[in-house]
Amino acid sequence: MIVLEVAVFLLVAAAGTAVALTRDPLNQAIVASFYGLVLGIMFLVFQAPDVALSQITVGAVALPLMILLALAKVRALEGGRGDDR
Amino acid sequence: MRLLPYLVAAWLLLVGLYGIVTSRNLVHAITCLSVAQSSTYILLLSVGFERGGTAPIFLDVPVGTRAVDPVVGALTLTDIVVGATVSALLLALAVQAHKHHGTLDPERFRSEQD
Amino acid sequence: MTPTLRRRVFLAAAVVAAALLLWGLTGLPPFGVYEGPYGDVLNQVAVAERKATNVVASVTFDYRGVDTLGEEFILFAAVIGVAILLRARRDEREEPPDEDAADRRAPGTSNAVRVLGLALVGPVVLFGVYVVTHGHLTPGGGFQGGVVLATGALLVYLSGEYVTLRRVSPEVLLDSAESVGAAGYVLVGLLGVAAGATFLANVLPLGQPGALLSAGTIPLINLAVGLEVAGGFILLLSEFLEQTLVIRRPGEVT
Repeated sequence: MIVLEVAVFLLVAAAGTAVALTRDPLNQAIVASFYGLVLGIMFLVFQAPDVALSQITVGAVALPLMILLALAKVRALEGGRGDDR
Repeated sequence: MRLLPYLVAAWLLLVGLYGIVTSRNLVHAITCLSVAQSSTYILLLSVGFERGGTAPIFLDVPVGTRAVDPVVGALTLTDIVVGATVSALLLALAVQAHKHHGTLDPERFRSEQD
Repeated sequence: MTPTLRRRVFLAAAVVAAALLLWGLTGLPPFGVYEGPYGDVLNQVAVAERKATNVVASVTFDYRGVDTLGEEFILFAAVIGVAILLRARRDEREEPPDEDAADRRAPGTSNAVRVLGLALVGPVVLFGVYVVTHGHLTPGGGFQGGVVLATGALLVYLSGEYVTLRRVSPEVLLDSAESVGAAGYVLVGLLGVAAGATFLANVLPLGQPGALLSAGTIPLINLAVGLEVAGGFILLLSEFLEQTLVIRRPGEVT
């Protein structure tokens, strides 16, 4: 399964770079959720199911949720700009 | 291949730090911090991996089959949950900073003179 | 320091850091070769010593239980920090929650989402309780199950309104669940002291590996940690939601 391992590592590196280089925080939250999922898959390849379960629940659900809630509050404070989102 | 996971961990750490250093938005910096934290999980788990080993759960495999290191898994799984909670604390700080300064851009934070 | 100058200084420092990291990481054993003794020793003896088939759980809550106690208190302190930071300040007041943003152009929550959310709350809570209670047998435990339980509360909010979430999880219940969880861990540790052994020693009967009631104090600690993590995350969720929907400054629009 060497090919699987190499592919997963490169995917993780690419997704992590994408998270850091996405400037808009709203888009970044979605990319961070995808990054959390890919990390969870990598932990499964590492034969660590406990860690994968932890990462998928936290990194793909809880953390982007809190980022979105913080962004919603900031948007409310800025007077509700009329975006098309 | 013998070094690839360690290189991925080092790359993610540096990329996360780059994101924090060149950030124009506090929430963006907090997400990049979580990327930098995840590099340590990768390093821990790749140190404990044994090729051909299974997960260290012995409910349906007999004790004595080769398994990966359980200690690094124990360290990492509590770290993930606690790291997310600390990121929530940082996000609350960012929200309060926005209330105080009117912006999330760290370049535009000034001292208390305005 | 201008942004361009900062970026250049960082890139110079990053090159030095990358060189140091590379030099250090090439000294590690190649990936896939595990040399250290701890993992192999633990895999051989842990099931026989603690009667828990999940060796990671027995490491987390028994062999290295004091570390996990410290981590649980970091979580507790961070949740307290968020609750303090996001309380209503002097120039803010609390108003009835306004669910729709004033400039919102997207349609409201569709009925399909509401029905699916409501239908999933039961299975998700059940799954969370399963993960918490079976932590010493299969992958899982207090930390993972607690987050899954908090996801159930999130589904309640998504399929209802903020007041629904408030009624299902009142502040008093969340605070007491979190405190009981944090204190419960310490009490289980003191149980070891009361029985004449060290703090956090596994003093309850160990049972048979594979049974639900086995591994001594590990299921108890799992329950305590699950309560604490679930209460903590639901508290975080409701604090952020309260900031967005309820607490308003004069002149603020949702």
